[in-house]
Amino acid sequence: MRLSGAEIVVKTLIEQNIKTIFGYPGGTVIDIYDQLKKYEGQIEHILTAHEQGAAHAADGYARASGDIGVVLATSGPGATNLVTGIATAYLDSVPMLAITGNVGTTMIGRDSFQEIDITGITLPITKHNFIVHRTEDLADTIREAIRIAKSGRPGPVLVDIPKDVQQKTADYEKAEPVKIRPNRPADDAVVAKAAKMIADSGRPFIYFGGGAVRAGAGELLEKLADKIDAAMGSSLMGLSEVPTSNPRFLGMQGMHGHYASSKAMHKADLIIAIGVRFSDRATGDTSKFSSGAQKIHIDVDASELNKNVETNLSSACDIIDFLKKLIDAVDEKKRPSWMAKIEKLKVQEKEFDDPDFLPEQVVKAASNITTADTRCVTDVGQHQMWAAQFYEFTDKRTWISSGGLGTMGFGMGAAIGSAYGTGKRSVLFTGDGSFGMDMNELATAVTYNVPLTIVVMNNGALGMVRQLQTFFYKKNYSNTTLNRKTDFKLLAEAMGAKGYRATTIDEFKDVFEKAYNDEGPSLIDMRIDTDDLVLPMVPGGGTYDKIICERSDINE
Amino acid sequence: MSKNSFVIAVYVENKYGVLTRVTSMFTRRGFNIDTLTVGETESPEYSRITISLSGDQTDRGQLISQLKKLYNVKKVEVITADKGIRRELMLIKVKNSPENRADIKDAVDVFKAKIVDYSAEALCLEITGDTNKVDAFIDNMKPFGIIEMCRTGIVAIERGADSILSHEE
Ligand SMILES: Cc1ncc(C[n+]2csc(CCOP(=O)(O)OP(=O)(O)O)c2C)c(N)n1
Repeated sequence: MRLSGAEIVVKTLIEQNIKTIFGYPGGTVIDIYDQLKKYEGQIEHILTAHEQGAAHAADGYARASGDIGVVLATSGPGATNLVTGIATAYLDSVPMLAITGNVGTTMIGRDSFQEIDITGITLPITKHNFIVHRTEDLADTIREAIRIAKSGRPGPVLVDIPKDVQQKTADYEKAEPVKIRPNRPADDAVVAKAAKMIADSGRPFIYFGGGAVRAGAGELLEKLADKIDAAMGSSLMGLSEVPTSNPRFLGMQGMHGHYASSKAMHKADLIIAIGVRFSDRATGDTSKFSSGAQKIHIDVDASELNKNVETNLSSACDIIDFLKKLIDAVDEKKRPSWMAKIEKLKVQEKEFDDPDFLPEQVVKAASNITTADTRCVTDVGQHQMWAAQFYEFTDKRTWISSGGLGTMGFGMGAAIGSAYGTGKRSVLFTGDGSFGMDMNELATAVTYNVPLTIVVMNNGALGMVRQLQTFFYKKNYSNTTLNRKTDFKLLAEAMGAKGYRATTIDEFKDVFEKAYNDEGPSLIDMRIDTDDLVLPMVPGGGTYDKIICERSDINE
Repeated sequence: MSKNSFVIAVYVENKYGVLTRVTSMFTRRGFNIDTLTVGETESPEYSRITISLSGDQTDRGQLISQLKKLYNVKKVEVITADKGIRRELMLIKVKNSPENRADIKDAVDVFKAKIVDYSAEALCLEITGDTNKVDAFIDNMKPFGIIEMCRTGIVAIERGADSILSHEE
């Protein structure tokens, strides 16, 4: 079949089972949009307010569904607007295909109108990228891009297509959806050594992250923990892979992690790290990080091993295969004194808990009302950490948050994308600062009647930065006070969404119940105190024997 | 673990932009490269990049696994000093003068270098060898006055009948 390049692009996406794409049109992708109209029934295009929103939507779609997310943008400013979205996906290893148009091949290199070297710009933030010079190569390049994005450690791949390549014709032949490259199976010797290290350990701690989510390792992790009587904790990226209700799971560890989780990891004599990268937010000062513990590190990506932390046993292999073999290889063993210690840590953690802390009440109330499969999406800041700490996760892939890049403005796009990825209502926790960066996408949510409930944790400040100023900059609140005059309830209504306001926990429960059961998008302006803090806290580069748990722990 | 220098041979697809991808990764990951050479190989599909750098075992491991992640990289192999032959080529221009000429020629003979250009003011010399030999030659030339020099950086190949492309992973 002889088709134009633009039609080949669309047909290849359809052939690869891509049902939804997010994007924004322009001069160098107008041919592709022309074809999208033609194939409307087979592939749905969501027009966002901004290309960044489209990129985050593709990302949220991928995180929520486990499938690849696709975004389409025009050359020049369209392409550069994708950059933050691509970088966000790269840092959190999210499979994404970004397609950009470019000026015609003969115009490239002449600083033509809206010409930009987007493959050059995205080189360090993509797994790989392509510029397609010949229409004949288009279909295979897109297929290969999808395969790269989804295989091994996933990530974004960009395909840049000059306009003339879209207009020329080539033969197109339908192909099967691409097969993901299989991961290396676990090595028996590694499994045996790990089993031996576990047998020798008195205080094992299983530490898992985004790689465990990608692999869907939750049940196996729980099974292993039961068999060897281990405690468990996750990085920010690992949340929702194991239900919060599992008593062995102590929650997120790290800079703002749960006290018991961070402490248990610090006291463990063996850390079994699965699909994590020992990020600096998780380790603090690496030279002092769990220095007494033996460490096993398993990840699909060999370059993560011994990158940030030296380990005693590490292997790049398939996580599922490793866990299955390890569970068979280890002996069942009870470790009562370790479990008693864990219980003690939990009790200590409870002592710091303030039942009247409004952000905690808000997140918990929302969590009680939402269904188990509701995606909990966040922007970046204090509200993100409160959601991570207090939301009760049951189903997998229900936690959607920008961990590695910490991108404010991620939330709205990601929440829209995750609603598309699941066909279910998403809940977004955002801040008045972050929402200022992505509120334009409320228009998108209204246009498409996206099931989405937005909770703006409105503290009148860039709270997370303000908190650092409180702790380390003598309360010199330089440029972190917002107190804008924006009325979020009216704003929501002006954009065509439902708007609510709440100032107390009772009001919140009441309006959340309504907002959650609305049909389309709804927003709650939740007023909280400017001085609320995210605790506990291990300051950047700090150590886990000095966790700040209460306001009084710092010299204000 | 001691900091020492090691040499890595990388087969990459002979395609547009591949060198940029490799060097961009070095910059992004903060690897400090001593020398880097690129050239054709026995197969038109591939180019061979030879990289030498100093670092410890961890740096070496990181460099190799980061290289292996690059899509256009087909093969990465460390060429250890005992298993490999390492060479570089240098062209060096030194001041010519009647009083130094004989000494320069002596050094050229001892080092098995060559005089490749001659003028009343300058001699252009070519030398091939491992890095130590080239360094030593430079030291010898310094007193005569070095006008200009350029080194290719290291190329390396394994001894024996194998190609690194055929090595098992
Ligand atoms: C795009 C971007 N710019 C700046 C930052 C730095 N930063 C991190 S948290 C934060 C404050 C976020 O404020 P808000 O969204 O209101 O959330 P809060 O902390 O108040 O809950 C800032 C400015 C960032 N993470 N991302």
